[in-house]
Amino acid sequence: MTSITENIVIHKVRYDFEIIANLIKSNSRILDIGCGNGDLLYFLKTNKNADCRGLEISQEMISKCLSRGLSVIHGDANVDLNIYPNNSFDYAILSQTIQAMINPQKILQEMLKIAKYAIVSLPNFANYKNRFHLMFKGTMPVNKTIPFQWYETPNIHFCTIRDFENLCIKNNLIIENKFFLTTKHQLISILGNEIIANFIADYGIFLITKKEICATGQEQFLNNQSVLRKLNQLGLASENINQKINSK
Amino acid sequence: MKVKSCFGPDYKEYEIGDIVKLACDQPLNLICKEQLSNIEIAYQTYGKLNADCSNAILVCHALTGDQYVASTNPITQKKGWWDFMIGKNKPIDTDKFFVICSNVISGCMGSLGPKSLNPKTNQPYGINFPVITIQDMVNAQNLLIEHFGIKRLHAVIGGSTGGMQVLAWSVLYPHKVKLVIPIATSYRHSPQNIAFHEVGRQGIIADKDWCNGNYLQEKKFPINGLALARMTAHITYLSETALQRKFGRDLNNKISFSFNFDREFQVENYLHHQGSKFVERFDPNSYLYITRAVDYFDLESDFSGNLSSAFSEFAKNKEGKFCLISCSDDWLFPAQEIRKITKALTANSINTSSVVIASDCGHDSFLIDNDMLKNTINGFINQN
Repeated sequence: MTSITENIVIHKVRYDFEIIANLIKSNSRILDIGCGNGDLLYFLKTNKNADCRGLEISQEMISKCLSRGLSVIHGDANVDLNIYPNNSFDYAILSQTIQAMINPQKILQEMLKIAKYAIVSLPNFANYKNRFHLMFKGTMPVNKTIPFQWYETPNIHFCTIRDFENLCIKNNLIIENKFFLTTKHQLISILGNEIIANFIADYGIFLITKKEICATGQEQFLNNQSVLRKLNQLGLASENINQKINSK
Repeated sequence: MKVKSCFGPDYKEYEIGDIVKLACDQPLNLICKEQLSNIEIAYQTYGKLNADCSNAILVCHALTGDQYVASTNPITQKKGWWDFMIGKNKPIDTDKFFVICSNVISGCMGSLGPKSLNPKTNQPYGINFPVITIQDMVNAQNLLIEHFGIKRLHAVIGGSTGGMQVLAWSVLYPHKVKLVIPIATSYRHSPQNIAFHEVGRQGIIADKDWCNGNYLQEKKFPINGLALARMTAHITYLSETALQRKFGRDLNNKISFSFNFDREFQVENYLHHQGSKFVERFDPNSYLYITRAVDYFDLESDFSGNLSSAFSEFAKNKEGKFCLISCSDDWLFPAQEIRKITKALTANSINTSSVVIASDCGHDSFLIDNDMLKNTINGFINQN
């Protein structure tokens, strides 16, 4: 197996895959909601020996998943998550899709019904580029992260990192871990200053769970340590974060 | 062994391929409590069985289909009914897989059925043939598989009635099959579908040339009844969109109404054509038997109303996987029936994929060349 770093450089694996892979335990049962051509599932299957399932709306994408040996159900996350029994997965992943859902709150609740943990990654609308775009141009931002005009965008429920955190609080959900990233593959902060993160980050990735099965402080600390080790290998973590983790 | 058999109102003889005699030492117990022995099964194979017998794919044919899945049908002289799917460099590649397709028992293309001679009377069975179920058809297919020395099938695939056989395989022989591919089918035949079947059967039975099922002895043939059954059924295989596109309300070679009961519309002409073609190749009693077998199929009630428990044994087959395929505007076996099976499978944590093929050709979509269908099946059976 090639190392993860090589994968990123050579095959240009989406860098958020790497972070998601580090959040999950090996041999877990995983559902990727909106799995596309199965890149993430395949990555987790080969690197984490995960038992991978997908839900995807496009028939063409499903054929690609099938030829990679992935099991994918043709369906719409807005209505079809009830196909799965409760607690049938360890992790339900929703990657860059929550802003396109009809009812993001309901999706989040359903994810945590069928899985112990939800992993949600989302574009941060409060990013400074978007803020400046709105302030100075006065039009809806269109850029690399959100490449659609307002009248044709599938993204009907844009939110910011802070909005998402507020939604978790409202629903009594625990954010066990979070990562803020820029499009230049830089990790901004793990535990760091949220105000700055909400201003700079292009993406946020959250590991969420219901209150009762939240890991203890010790487990969380160890989890952060192992994530950091991996990220150090990738050269993604900054000195600053290292100090923060170690001093904790 | 090659045998000849009579077809159609003129009792024309055709040679119908390979036949093997099974259940010679031990009779096959049928669901209806009767037994059959010396069961003749007519089959066709394509490709080569590999040394460890691990590349076999069983194809189950639909209601009025036959074993000529990928080679010329000796009666109709048309190419196989799934010719675009199976063959060299096709989605099910015969360079890689050994493909078997057999005529179901109670069929009329060489396998034991109501047309066969009853050894006790030396007359055709007619309606004295025992009533067959989907499960019996699958048990007979299993005998054929054993005859080939195959311990486990790489895949079992089929649409409609064939799809029911595929589902029955996963329930009856959960450890003998790796990939399960039911297409445009259901876990049970709906009341509406039973109703359509009954109209067809009554068409045959009401035809005086049916002669209480003894038309072969009487040298007659219920042409009108069998054609009517086919015409009724054929409507259910198409969609309103397809009928509109093919015929609309176009008249039959005329520009104004004739104000009589001749074939006025093109759609009428089409149905009559389907009916008259069908009587040339199908046995009326076989039609009664196979439609009845489909009507009886209900996996949910077989498992006391709990469909997911039907698959609990398959769940223990660690390599077992399902790929369910439905067609978007199939109203005979609507996509929600496949969805119910999907739910029953996920309840067992079985590796399940499901795809809805976008097509406006109705139930028959799986018999029509379609890239999405081909890519899905190819991807699934060749997965790494």
